[in-house]
Amino acid sequence: MNQPLLVTATQKAGPRLSLVIGAIVLLTLIALPLLSLLPDGHSLQVSAYILTLVGKILCYAIVALALDLVWGYAGLLSLGHGLFFALGGYAMGMYLMREAAGDGLPAFMSFLSWQELPWYWAGTQHFAWALCLVVLAPGSLALVFGYFAFRSRIKGVYFSIMTQALTFAGMLLFFRNETGFGGNNGFTNFRSVLGFDITAPGTRAVLFLLTVALLAGSLYLGWRLAQSKFGRVLTALRDAENRLMFCGYDPRGFKLFIWVLSAVLCGLAGALYVPQVGIINPGEMSPTNSIEAAVWVALGGRGTLIGPLLGAGLVNGFKSWFTVAFPEVWLFFLGALFIVVTLYLPKGLVGLLKKRDEP
Amino acid sequence: MKRRSLIKAFTLSASIAALGLTWTVQAAETIKVGILHSLSGTMAISETSLKDVALMTIDQINAKGGVNGKLLEPVVVDPASNWPLFAEKGRQLLTQDKVAVVFGCWTSVSRKSVLPVFEELNGLLFYPVQYEGEEMSPNVFYTGAAPNQQAIPAVEYLMSEDGGGARRFFLLGTDYVYPRTTNKILRAFLHSKGVADKDIEEVYTPFGHADYQTIVANIKKFSAGGKTAVVSTVNGDSNVPFYKELANQGLKATEVPVMAFSVGEEELRGIDTKPLVGHLAAWNYFESLDNPVNQKFVADWKAYAKAKGLPGADKAVTNDPMEATYVGMHLWAQAAQKAGSTDVDKVREALAGQSFEAPSGFTLTMDKTNHHLHKPVMIGEIQDDGQFDVVWQTEAPLRAQPWSPFIPGNEQRPQHAVKGQ
Amino acid sequence: MPKALHRLLLCLCLWLPFAAQASDAQDFASASANDRARLLQEWAAQPDPARLGLLGSLQQGRLGPDQPRTLRLNNRLRGLLDNALASQRLLSDDAQVRLQAAQHLQRRAQPTQLGLLERHHAAETDQAVHAALGLALANLQLVAAEPSVRLAAVRLLGESGDPLARTRLQALLEPAVESDEGVRTAARTSLDQVERKLLIGELLGQAFSGLSLGSVLLLAALGLAITFGLLGVINMAHGEMLMLGAYSTYGVQILVQRYAPGALEFYPLLALPVAFAVSAGVGMLLERTVIRHLYGRPLETLLATWGISLILIQAVRLIFGAQNVEVANPGWLSGGVQVLPNLVLPWSRIVIIGFALCVALLTWLLLNRTRLGLNVRAVTQNRNMAACCGVPTGRVDMLAFGLGCGIAGLGGVALSQIGNVGPDLGQSYIIDSFLVVVLGGVGQLAGSLWAAFGLGVANKLLEPQIGAVLGKILILALIILFIQKRPQGLFALKGRVID
Repeated sequence: MNQPLLVTATQKAGPRLSLVIGAIVLLTLIALPLLSLLPDGHSLQVSAYILTLVGKILCYAIVALALDLVWGYAGLLSLGHGLFFALGGYAMGMYLMREAAGDGLPAFMSFLSWQELPWYWAGTQHFAWALCLVVLAPGSLALVFGYFAFRSRIKGVYFSIMTQALTFAGMLLFFRNETGFGGNNGFTNFRSVLGFDITAPGTRAVLFLLTVALLAGSLYLGWRLAQSKFGRVLTALRDAENRLMFCGYDPRGFKLFIWVLSAVLCGLAGALYVPQVGIINPGEMSPTNSIEAAVWVALGGRGTLIGPLLGAGLVNGFKSWFTVAFPEVWLFFLGALFIVVTLYLPKGLVGLLKKRDEP
Repeated sequence: MKRRSLIKAFTLSASIAALGLTWTVQAAETIKVGILHSLSGTMAISETSLKDVALMTIDQINAKGGVNGKLLEPVVVDPASNWPLFAEKGRQLLTQDKVAVVFGCWTSVSRKSVLPVFEELNGLLFYPVQYEGEEMSPNVFYTGAAPNQQAIPAVEYLMSEDGGGARRFFLLGTDYVYPRTTNKILRAFLHSKGVADKDIEEVYTPFGHADYQTIVANIKKFSAGGKTAVVSTVNGDSNVPFYKELANQGLKATEVPVMAFSVGEEELRGIDTKPLVGHLAAWNYFESLDNPVNQKFVADWKAYAKAKGLPGADKAVTNDPMEATYVGMHLWAQAAQKAGSTDVDKVREALAGQSFEAPSGFTLTMDKTNHHLHKPVMIGEIQDDGQFDVVWQTEAPLRAQPWSPFIPGNEQRPQHAVKGQ
Repeated sequence: MPKALHRLLLCLCLWLPFAAQASDAQDFASASANDRARLLQEWAAQPDPARLGLLGSLQQGRLGPDQPRTLRLNNRLRGLLDNALASQRLLSDDAQVRLQAAQHLQRRAQPTQLGLLERHHAAETDQAVHAALGLALANLQLVAAEPSVRLAAVRLLGESGDPLARTRLQALLEPAVESDEGVRTAARTSLDQVERKLLIGELLGQAFSGLSLGSVLLLAALGLAITFGLLGVINMAHGEMLMLGAYSTYGVQILVQRYAPGALEFYPLLALPVAFAVSAGVGMLLERTVIRHLYGRPLETLLATWGISLILIQAVRLIFGAQNVEVANPGWLSGGVQVLPNLVLPWSRIVIIGFALCVALLTWLLLNRTRLGLNVRAVTQNRNMAACCGVPTGRVDMLAFGLGCGIAGLGGVALSQIGNVGPDLGQSYIIDSFLVVVLGGVGQLAGSLWAAFGLGVANKLLEPQIGAVLGKILILALIILFIQKRPQGLFALKGRVID
């Protein structure tokens, strides 16, 4: 897997076909929210349930893509991406809570008998500042953590365990009610965003379209990165960091850049996830969730751009189905899926497709 | 071939969305009833038996001919102790499966997560667990206790002579909204009884806390200052290590009684109760109650557990939330029968004032306005066989006060259910 | 004729105690709740040896030794019963029994028992009991009318290390409570004395709970130190091996209950080999079927073992139910030893600390003093070279993985004695286990040992200061910082290999 699949595939299949297929997928995703605006009872109407479900999965797909950028390309397996995702979500949630509370304090604060907002809530009633926080909070945390981690050349399993500890610490911190983020309940009961009713079909459709746009944008960004010299340096980093250093490169900057970029992408995904799902709480930071994100990437095929999207979609789609169809035993299916994929599809689903190409 | 593989990749990713959404097959002539309890994850320990008791009740109602001549059909989903998934599954039950009513949720956060969905889609949820109050949605019927139906009588008992005449209180809880609100109400209540702040200690532990050495040592230290009682809102899983530590460090119920609000028969199954005799719990129902309705309920449940081969069926027990589920489902069936329809608005109207002869030995009535059940309060003492012995109970069921008068600002709250509280 | 009369009288005299007991029981049975309490208080003030049997029965809720359980007790009555029983036991011939009774009365004596205590204190011949009674008496004498009596009592209390004494002495510092200047000064001196003793007890308690937490962490992490530390498998199913060990304990307990109730006291010992075998067996099976294919791809083992852990959890949930199962502490693991008045060390925790050290020692011996250990070390250091030298690497992998899992199973036996036994048991230990191994230095058993106890003690020192949650967060932050300084952990293997 020296070359990202998309690059190889594009070379093989020619740019035109991939463009056509990409356009079809994009059009379907754009059509979904528009169809949801049809009146009730229309045979083509897409229900709010499907729209929010797909929207949620698309957010997860962005996380998977972001994780793939650091794991698949730079070889840094993060088991803490849920933290960045949740931070973005919380930043957005702060704004939504302020909007719902109007001039008063958010409900959970009056419940704690707090009289005034803590300092870190300052300015969150402005949408623009909330957007800045969506980028800044995960970005700066990633920058600080990454700076120290890469400076002392922590890598491999150590890096994974450290990121896991990081998200675990974050979860514990946000679980505390005194931290000022609603404790275990987190934020719920949002009313409106920028004055638009959050449950209105129009708002849902716009949020969905934004998610599609973010996904498309990150995909494009990933593609450009993969093609550029930067991408090749990253791949070299993953495969033989020491040799890269002997060649005169300083890997720290490269790592740090992709790491922060990935965290910011996760934060943005989280910000879009919260208004669509309607709740953000520390459960999103649990190490389990981050491990699951790694599973999506592995399942789809790491080091490729399409793989993570496939993986996130498949696992979450199956999960939604299994939890209804076989509520008692669905974990067996999920567990078996992970084992089978790691044993027999070391390159993920994309690897399976690729293998057929090379008889 | 090369091209086809790429097509596959894309069609796959596009069709993910549709995957798993096409299984809804409408069966005729049944009324669908949603059951929204976690069957995996951390809450499975408590919620699994609620799912089973709901299924048993559905069987019983069906055996008597169902509701309005139609049989009930359960739709069981697993929200996997994942709060956003509760909202998703709630929406799915209401819009895809089109259930008439949903029985579900345990934690407050799961209820808060599905609440906007039920209000948006005008669904009907029966919530069977004791909780912190501060909520009254027209789309939810609360069959568990509000704080005045559990916490306050329990503390009054502790302060009474029979309860040991406690003057100092160690409020120990897991750090989430139910313990916090309950303790806030209790603190205000204790103030009104003349207990000073220095005699109240409030301590919270994280979820799944398993090491209670320091806390038990602190309780001991605190209890040296005068007759002390512990009021525990420690959540399910942490209770076993807490009680084991309590027993092993030699803190006896005669010295420092522990009054628990979240420990029932089901939780005691995991503990050897011999060293814990005398510790207390406050509920609205205990399995040990001696009345014909309860005897039948317990016998039915044991028979059902055996017949279905549920794990641990030989030790099956009933508890308060199970009774609340059972009562709630019967109330709903009666109301739907009365309304002659399962339409949410009509059923809601019919539910007001609906009553049912419950296993608690009382006839429980759904309040006419506040969506909460009138419930009796009972204090039970842990016995060495894992059961509770009722040492005190109210004369009659109490009306719930979801907006506690001990929380400032609640005076202005409306006394009937309004959306978006 | 007089002889017959004598006999009759004698008979009556002999019967009297029993008759008295019978009437006491009837009195008690027919009394109202308040009268029962009053009755018990009277009995506590005027003990009568004949009542000993009755009080014992009452404690169990019976009116007589072979009566059915009909009485409904509550904590108030239980407390008064304990007190009455302690009064009775002061009459015992056994000094040990008297000592226990006196110690009970130190904490719980009622003012009505003052006279009784004074009599016994004066008549007591045993030194220890005499001293204990003196303290019990001093507690009651703090409110005596005579300042000199109060002064003596306050001075005496200074020798006690009981937290209750502190509260009582503190109250005396107020002029409103204690009018005598001299007594107040003495109370201050005694209070200082008591507080010093209490502080020692508290510090020792903290140290012990730290060690205890450390031993739990060690047991949880030792198996992982082998599967992850030596074999390099990121074994996310490690927690489930602990869980299997705990469930094996439960299974053994059930079997012993059913087939050999006499041996129930020792079921945890029987459970040890079973838990080891079960966990090791499952581990070896997994190694042969799944993990074998993934050597050299550590991050993939993470995903596969994650899947395995999901399956194991759900399997246990379906077989045993989602609820926790009851694993009872046998007698010798229940209760604790009272070291100081404010320090009780639970037996279960003492045993677990010892057990953890034993397991660590055995593991070390196994790895460093046996052929298997040599092979394991060879394979982990250089697989190809070891294979060339004729080490059956496949078999060694399997055995080593099984060993790691088996040790986790042993840990599960210990954990079942202090916490939950439920399907999610393993999940709560997995992160801590990984941190211990990483902090100690991968591949270093001694490192894991130090890391476990270090983390345990640090956690318990921080908890009283800043609370459990912030303490844990701070520790995690410190670990992250520490790893920056020493990326290879506390005890790193020195080498010159570079990839």
